[in-house]
Amino acid sequence: MSATTTERGRQAGRGSARGATASSAPARGGATKPPRSRADTRAGYAFLSPWLLGFVLLTAGPMLMSLYLAFTDYNLFRAPEFVGIDNFTALFADPRFLKSAQVTAIYVLVGVPVKLAAALAVAALLNAKHRGQGAYRSMFYAPSLIGASVSVAIVWRAMFIDDGVADQIQQLFGFPAGGWVGDPSMTMPMMILLAVWQFGAPMVIFLAGLKQIPAELLEAAAVDGAGPIRRFLSVTLPMLSPVLFFNLLLETIGAFQVFSSAFIISGGTGGPADSTLFYTFYLYLKGFTEFRMGYASAMAWVLVLVVGIITAILFRTSRAWVHYTGDVR
Amino acid sequence: MTTAMTAVSATASTVATRQKRTRSVVFHVLVIAIAVVILYPGVWMVMSSFKPNGDIVGNVNLWPETWTLDNYASALGGIGGVSFWTFALNSLILAVGSVVGIIASATVSAYAFARISFPGRGVYFAVMIGTMLLPFHVVIIPQYILFNSMGMVNTFLPLLAPKFLATEAFFVFLMVQFLRGLPRELDEAARIDGCGHWGIFRLVLLPLMRPAVITSAIFAFIWSWNDFLGPLLYLKRPDTYPLPIALRLFVDQTSVSDYGAQMAMAVLALVPVLLFFVVFQRYLVDGVATQGLKG
Repeated sequence: MSATTTERGRQAGRGSARGATASSAPARGGATKPPRSRADTRAGYAFLSPWLLGFVLLTAGPMLMSLYLAFTDYNLFRAPEFVGIDNFTALFADPRFLKSAQVTAIYVLVGVPVKLAAALAVAALLNAKHRGQGAYRSMFYAPSLIGASVSVAIVWRAMFIDDGVADQIQQLFGFPAGGWVGDPSMTMPMMILLAVWQFGAPMVIFLAGLKQIPAELLEAAAVDGAGPIRRFLSVTLPMLSPVLFFNLLLETIGAFQVFSSAFIISGGTGGPADSTLFYTFYLYLKGFTEFRMGYASAMAWVLVLVVGIITAILFRTSRAWVHYTGDVR
Repeated sequence: MTTAMTAVSATASTVATRQKRTRSVVFHVLVIAIAVVILYPGVWMVMSSFKPNGDIVGNVNLWPETWTLDNYASALGGIGGVSFWTFALNSLILAVGSVVGIIASATVSAYAFARISFPGRGVYFAVMIGTMLLPFHVVIIPQYILFNSMGMVNTFLPLLAPKFLATEAFFVFLMVQFLRGLPRELDEAARIDGCGHWGIFRLVLLPLMRPAVITSAIFAFIWSWNDFLGPLLYLKRPDTYPLPIALRLFVDQTSVSDYGAQMAMAVLALVPVLLFFVVFQRYLVDGVATQGLKG
């Protein structure tokens, strides 16, 4: 996997990205590098043992087991029974599965761009030097820290229920009365609002990226007669593209895995009319309330494949629009 | 002539300052508007927890007309014979255990990635980065089967063991990045003084890693404190519940009308997170900014 790009994105704002490639690990400073020795190898594996053990026992092993289970019928009590691709064919004939895939797709396709647009807009606003910038930055970041908690989900439900605060406010502006929680056509906007409310984390990363853009570049563009919008599109945005790519990747992967807020808001059902039945939520219901663990494993692998394909597409297309300017950072 | 020129430049500078001031006013108006929208749900939650039960849903006003502590009394009363403090203690044990496990395993693993040269390291590093992109739902079923077969359901072990095995690559990565910023000459000097890898790690680098350790510890604590899915899978006896699961039980058991107690318990469950935020906000926000770590 092209780890390099991710790492660069993560280092946005660090200033040490130059030349440090991730996949070849930190082999820098050849002169001072001690020669490899058997003792080093032994020490390497000893120090790495927690991670290695965790990777084998809790990630790689379980992934293989889950791949096997995906082709079986298993309920935790009887031995797994091999059923070939039955789980996968059943999946695509299961209306609730298709619904959960649709709900998640809409959430990712609408929620992520809106959240990132909000994050970028506020970051650009805060980037102008004014007093109190640091305080606003912290304040706007706060929801990202608590947004996935059960507490916030409870508050969200109380605010968007019939006669709730949202209902009152929308009536004030002449919209029809009604809560969002019980209306299948309004639950998605409600969930997306909850996601957008947490724009602070990507905003902080955007802000760090904006600070790295040399002022001379923008001044030069201004001297050449570029207005503010032109400067943003032709200088700021390309310079910011590695950070944008990083945020896009992480927010997309994160959005696929939303679970607890939908669980709490819908009272563990995914309703009304399965409108909050997110993918991982349905996976949970199949695996841990119906104990259809083979079926749930098949779902998990479909998710891995879809996220993998989307990640690959993002990395592929990133070559066309992500600009790495080695000198500047 | 000279007076005319100074007059001109004076008007120019007042125009400039006036422009600057207008821009500043526009900035603050916009930012305060955003702040109001951002803060409203949180403030509404805290204020609602002090309102009488019937006055919560649908009350857009933040300030309670009558103040009451009844909601806190019923929240602290616990659920199903289990005290609120039991839930809080469970949350605390899980969070502190997570912090200890993550710091212990991530610092050591990061040292191997950043400072020891051995065959296969590059591959392992790429794999570790890859696990950050992996949807972790693919491992929850086999992990459950594994921990269930070892009789660990209803104990904290399935939640804590992964932390001691550095499965959260975010923290390893954060520390690798930090270690790469420390000069290698330190290692050399220690080696000349007779230190092996353990000595270099323990005596030289670990003390210097304090900022990365503090940032990681805060995030590890908050993530564990807010975690819902893990405890939902493994903890089924009410006396083992941490706060998020207890909160969910509370919502399910109390009738829809008892919003007051729900709000009070929601506030209580967030208190440690908010305290951490107030005290360490610089660490948190700078941690996100420099490392791209998600909150």
